[in-house]
Amino acid sequence: MTDITANAKTRSSGGGMALLRHARYVIGENPVTGLSFGLFLLIVIAAMIGPWIVPYSPLASDTSAALKPPSVAHLFGTDQLGRDIFSRVVAATQLDFAIAVLSVVLVFLIGGLAGVAAGFFGGWTDRIVSRVADTIMAFPLFVLAMGIVAALGNTVQNIILATAIINFPLYARVARAEANIRREAGFVEAARLSGNSEWRILAFQILPNVFPIMVVQMSLTMGYAILNAAGLSFIGLGVRPPTPEWGIMVAEGAANIISGEWWVAFFPGAALMIAVFCFNLLGDGLRDIVDPRRRT
Amino acid sequence: MLTNVLKRLVTVIPTLIGVVIVTFLLTRVLPGDPAVYFAGPTATPESIAEVRKSLGLDKPLPEQFARYVGDLARGDLGNSLATGRPVLAELTSRLPASAELTLFGLLISMLIAIPLGILAAVKQGSWIDHTCRIVATAGVSLPVFFTGLLLVYVFYFRLGWAPAPLGRLDVFYDAPPTVTGFYLIDSLLAGNFELFRASLSQLILPGVTLALFSLAPIARMTRASMLTVMASDYIRTARASGLSSYTIVVTYAFRNAMLPVITTLGMVFSFLLGANVLVEKVFAWPGIGSFAVEALIASDYAPVQGFVLTMAVMYVALNLLIDILYGVVDPRVRLEA
Repeated sequence: MTDITANAKTRSSGGGMALLRHARYVIGENPVTGLSFGLFLLIVIAAMIGPWIVPYSPLASDTSAALKPPSVAHLFGTDQLGRDIFSRVVAATQLDFAIAVLSVVLVFLIGGLAGVAAGFFGGWTDRIVSRVADTIMAFPLFVLAMGIVAALGNTVQNIILATAIINFPLYARVARAEANIRREAGFVEAARLSGNSEWRILAFQILPNVFPIMVVQMSLTMGYAILNAAGLSFIGLGVRPPTPEWGIMVAEGAANIISGEWWVAFFPGAALMIAVFCFNLLGDGLRDIVDPRRRT
Repeated sequence: MLTNVLKRLVTVIPTLIGVVIVTFLLTRVLPGDPAVYFAGPTATPESIAEVRKSLGLDKPLPEQFARYVGDLARGDLGNSLATGRPVLAELTSRLPASAELTLFGLLISMLIAIPLGILAAVKQGSWIDHTCRIVATAGVSLPVFFTGLLLVYVFYFRLGWAPAPLGRLDVFYDAPPTVTGFYLIDSLLAGNFELFRASLSQLILPGVTLALFSLAPIARMTRASMLTVMASDYIRTARASGLSSYTIVVTYAFRNAMLPVITTLGMVFSFLLGANVLVEKVFAWPGIGSFAVEALIASDYAPVQGFVLTMAVMYVALNLLIDILYGVVDPRVRLEA
C-alpha cells in the first residue's frame, strides 16, 4: 500500500513537471492565451480595487456635464445624468465578476457533485440526475433563466441562481462522463480492494481526478455566465439602476444610440465583450493544458 | 421511416412532461402568495381568500397540478393583466414576427457560416482559416444586444442606410394581408414589391445581429467536421482515383460533414430563441420576446409563464424536427434505429 502511494506520488510529481512544460508549450505556441491571462489579471484587479481607484464616484451625477463625449477629463464621456462612464465601467467589474464567479462556483458544487455521483454510482442516482439535466436542456436556456428570475423574484441573488441552474446540465454531464470512465479504473479497484468504502473512493479517488476537468469547464462557462447575467439585466431584471453594471449601462445608453451619443452604450458593452472574450480564450487555453485530447 | 418517426415522437413525451412540471413549479413558487398578488393592492383578507379559492390554491399540490394540466389542454394560459386578453391569443398573434426574425437570422448565418467553415477546413492554415477561428471565438463573445446597438449606430445614425429600429414596418406602410404572418412572404403573395422592400429593410439589421451571434457554433462545427471527413479513407480513395477537388469537397465530403452540423442546430436554436428576446428589445420588434419582457417588468406573470412554456414546446418540436431531418439526410440512422 505504501509502495502504491509512493509510486503514485512520484508519478504525479513527474506529471506536474510535464504539465508545466506542456503549459509553457501551449502558451508559447499560442500567444493569445498569454494575452488572455494578462487580461484576466486586469479584470481581477479591477474587480478587487476598482471602486477605490476610479477618478469619479460611479454614482455622482452632474447634470451640467451630461452626455459629454469622451475627453481627457472623462475618458469614456458622461451619460445622461452626467456620471463619468469610465468610473462606472470600472466599478461595474466587481458586480459582473462576482455574479459570474458565484454562479459558476454554485453550479460547480451542485452540478459537479451530482454528475460525479451519477457517473460513479449509476442506477437511480444516474437516472434522476440525467432526467433533471434533460429537462433543463429542453428549454431555451436564456428563456428558462428569465422564467426562473420572474418566478423567484427580481434580485441579483436569483440572477446568480438562475445562471447556475441553466448551466447545470453542462456540468452534470461532463462530471458524469468523467466519473463514469474512472469507475472501474485500476486505481479505483485498488482502493476498493484495500477496503475503502464507496464514498471514500468517491471523495479521495474520483473527485481529485475529475477536478481539473471541472475547473476547465468553469473557465469555459464563465464568459457565458457573464453574458447571461448582463443579458438579464439588459432587459431589466436583477440589477437596479443606478447600480453600475455593464448590461444595465448598455440598456441605459440604448436610447442615446439613435441620437448619436454612442459612447454611453459603447464602453460598457465593449468592457463586457472584452471580459467574455478573455474568459473564452482563457478557457480554451486551460483546456489545452489540462485536457489536450479536446484541442480543436 | 414512419415507425422511426413515431418512436422518436414517443421519446418526446417524458420531455414534455418535464417541461410542464417545471413551468407548473415556476407558477407556484411566485414570490409571496400568488393569491395576494392576483387579488391586487387593495385586497382585504376575505377577497384574498376568495381569489385563493377561485385559483384553486387552497387545494393540495397534486390537484393543483391536475388543474394546471387541464387548463393547458384547453389552451388556457391565463389572462394578461396589462391587456386583459388571453395570453394564448397574445402569443399567437405575435409569434409570426418572432419566427420570421429567427428564421431569417438563421438563414443568413447558415449562408455565411457553412461556406466559411468548408473553406477554412479545405484551406487549413490559410487566412480564411484564421478568419474562421476569429469569427468563431469573437461570435460567442459578442453580447447580442450590444452588436445590435452598434449596427443601429453605424447603419442608421452614421450611414442612414437602415430605417429607424422601430418594429417590423415603417408607420407609412400597412401590413400585408395575413396569409403566413411573415411579412416578406405575405407582401410577395400580395404582389406588393414596395412593401416587400420596406419589410426587408426593417428585417435586415436584427436578422444580421442574430446571424452574427449564431455564426460561431455553425462555422466551428462545419470546419471541425469537414476536417474529420477530409482525413477519412474514402476521400483519400476519391483523390487517388483522380476526381476533381470540387467533386470531392462538394459531393463526397460536404454531404457527410453536414450531419454533425445538423445536430449542432439544436444547440444553435437554444441560443437563437434566447437571443431573440434581446434583439427584439433592441429593435422594438413586436414579437413574443418583447411581449414577455414588458410583462416581466410589469410583474405580469401569466404571460411570462406562457411565454416560457411556448418557447420550451417550440424548442422541443424543433429538436424533434432536426432529428427527423437527420434520419432523412443519413440513411444509416434509419437502418440502425
